[in-house]
Amino acid sequence: MTDPPIRVLVAKPGLDGHDRGAKVIARALRDAGMEVIYTGLRQTPEMIVNAALQEDVRVIGLSILSGAHNAIVPRVMELLREKDMTDVIVIVGGIVPDEDTEALKRQGVAAVFQPGSSLEAIVEFIRKSVGGTQVHSFD
Amino acid sequence: MAVAEKQFTTLSGVPIAPYYGPEQLPGFDPARDLAQPGEFPYTRGIHETMYRGRLWTMRQFSGFATPEETNLRYRYLLEQGQTGLSVAFDLPTLMGYDADHALSEGEVGKCGASISSLEDMEALFRGIPLGQVTVSMTINSPANVLWAMYLAVAEQQGVDWKALSGTLQNDILKEYIAQKEYIYPPRPSMRLVTDTIEFGALHTPRFNPISISGYHIREAGSTAVQELAFTLRDGIEYVEWALARGMQVDEFAPRLSFFFNAHNDFFEEIAKYRAARKMWAYAMRDRFGAKDERSLKLRFHSQTAGCSLTWQQPYNNLVRTAIQALAAVLGGTQSLHTNSLDEAYALPSEKAVTMALRTQQILASESGVTNTPDPLGGSYFVERLTLDMEEAAGDYFRRIDEMGGMIAAIEKGFPQSEIANASYAYQRAVESKDKIVVGVNAFQSEGEPLELLHIDHTAEEHQAKKLAALRARRDNGPVRKTLSALERAAEGADNTMPFILDAVRAYATLGEICDALRDVFGSYQETAHI
Repeated sequence: MTDPPIRVLVAKPGLDGHDRGAKVIARALRDAGMEVIYTGLRQTPEMIVNAALQEDVRVIGLSILSGAHNAIVPRVMELLREKDMTDVIVIVGGIVPDEDTEALKRQGVAAVFQPGSSLEAIVEFIRKSVGGTQVHSFD
Repeated sequence: MAVAEKQFTTLSGVPIAPYYGPEQLPGFDPARDLAQPGEFPYTRGIHETMYRGRLWTMRQFSGFATPEETNLRYRYLLEQGQTGLSVAFDLPTLMGYDADHALSEGEVGKCGASISSLEDMEALFRGIPLGQVTVSMTINSPANVLWAMYLAVAEQQGVDWKALSGTLQNDILKEYIAQKEYIYPPRPSMRLVTDTIEFGALHTPRFNPISISGYHIREAGSTAVQELAFTLRDGIEYVEWALARGMQVDEFAPRLSFFFNAHNDFFEEIAKYRAARKMWAYAMRDRFGAKDERSLKLRFHSQTAGCSLTWQQPYNNLVRTAIQALAAVLGGTQSLHTNSLDEAYALPSEKAVTMALRTQQILASESGVTNTPDPLGGSYFVERLTLDMEEAAGDYFRRIDEMGGMIAAIEKGFPQSEIANASYAYQRAVESKDKIVVGVNAFQSEGEPLELLHIDHTAEEHQAKKLAALRARRDNGPVRKTLSALERAAEGADNTMPFILDAVRAYATLGEICDALRDVFGSYQETAHI
C-alpha cells in the first residue's frame, strides 16, 4: 500500500504581489507528487489558517518577500495554536535575514528557506518532516 | 560532453550557432534595417549623437521608511552627482491603503517611502526644486492620486506645471500580468490611465504620464522575448485606449516612455533594446499612422535585474550589475538604475547605493563606450539576434491580436501562464546546473556578512501619528465634498484628474480617495493558478 500524497498549502500573505517564488515552489512540490493548494495573493493569517484547516494539509508554506514576516508569521503560529493545529508543519520562504530566522524558529516555524535554496532541498525537507510526524515545540 | 553535442543557448533558451557571418543575415539591408542613429526605424538609437550629446540620466530608485527619511537620502544622492530622482513607495501606498489601515500592519516603509497624504508628499520633496530635478515615480494603481499630490507640491513651490519633467510608471497592464499590485478591475483601471495621458497632454507637456514596463514581466520570470513582446503589446493597448478617447496619436504618443530590464545575457539584452526601438517605430507609423517623429521614437529607462542578485556571496552582485548596466548603455538607454549589491537582502544601504551609482559614473567617464552610438551595430551575431527577437515578438503580437487584445489575453491568463512556464523552466535549469549561478549552484563558499539598512516599526508609528493629527486638524467639510464629487465623476465619463486634485488639495488621504474609487469601480481578484 502506498502512502497518500502529502497535502501542502502554499500561501502568499501580506500586500506583496511577487508570486514567482510561490508558484515555482508550488509546481515543484506538485511535480514531486504532493497535492498542492495555492491560496493566491493577499491572504490574511486568518484566511491562511482557515484554508489549512479546511483543506486538511500537513504543511503550510508561506512566501514573504516584503519584510513583513515578523508581523505575519507570529500571527499564523498563534492561530494554529488556538485551533489546536500544532501538528501542521510551517515553512517560510523568502527574504528573511538570519537574525529573524532564529526568532521565527523559536515560535515553531520548522524551516526558513532563504533565496538560492534548491527545490530539491525543500522537497526533501517536507518529506522528512512529514515522515517523522514532527510536532513542533512552541515556546 | 563534446563541444559539438552541447547545446549553446541564450539565458532565455534561444539556440546560438557556432559562429555568425554574413550567411546568417540573408536579405539584411543596413539602409532599411539599421539606417543611421537617429533615423527611422531607430534600431541604432533615437539620437544622432547619442551620449556625445547627452549622457543617460543616472536615476537610482530610492525610498524607505518615512518621507522625512527618504528626503534626506534624496538630498544625499543629488549631492553625489545623481541627475534625477526615482521614488519607491511602500506596499500600502502601492495598494492605496493609508499607513494606519489594518492591512498596512508590518508593511509601512519596508519596501519604499510611506505616503498617505499631501502632507507626506510635501515632506518628501522639502527643499528639492521640482522645476529643476526630474522625478520618476514608481506608482501604478493609485498613480493618479500620487501624481495629483506631486502636482500640488509643485503648485506650492510656485513651479509652472508646464516646466515639470519626470515620469509616472502608471502601467497597470503589467500589474495584472506580472507584479500583481492592482486595486480595481482592468477596464476602470485603463480609464484612469487614459485620464492621466489626456490630462498630461493638456497640462504637463514635458512629463511622461506612463512608463510602459517590461522590467517586472522579466523579474516575474519571463524570457527576453516575452518581456519585449508583452511590453510593446501593452503599449499598443494604451495607444488604442487614448485614440478611443478621441485624442490624435501625435498629441500623446511623444510622451509615452518605456522601461526594460537589463539582465545577464549581454548580447541578448542589447538585441532586445534594438528590436524594441525598431518594432515600436513600425507599429506607431504603420498601425497608428503617427507622423510626428517623436511619436516613433521609443525612449526607455532600464534597471539591472533584481532577480539576478544572489543572497550568496553578495559582493559578486557588483560585477553582475556592472555587466548588465553596460548592456543597457550599449543598447542605447535614456536612463538607468543600477542595483546595489545588498538588494537580495534589503533596501540598499547608503554605502551600497553609492557604489551602484559609481558603477554608472565609471561606465560614463572611463570606459569609452559613450564615444559613438550603437558600437555593436553591424555585428553579425547582434544583428541576427535582433532580427530573431523581432520575429518571435511579432508572433506573440499576432497571438494576442487574435485573442482580441491585451486585456482579453490577460483575462484568459495567457501572458501570466507563458511567464510562469518560462520561470519554472529556468528554475529547473538552475536545479540541474544547465544554467550556472555563481555562488549558488557552483563555486559556493561562505559569504561575507553585509551591513544592512534596517527599517524598524518606528516608521509605522510615526506615520500613523501624523495621519491621526492630520485628520483631527483638517477641515473635513471640503474633504467630504471633494470625495463625493470624485465619486460622481468616476460614475460618469469625466476625466477624474481635476477631481482627484481637488480632493488632494483638501488633504483627503490616499486611502480615502482610493476607497471612493473602490466604491465605484470595485476591487479586482485574480484567479490563482499554479
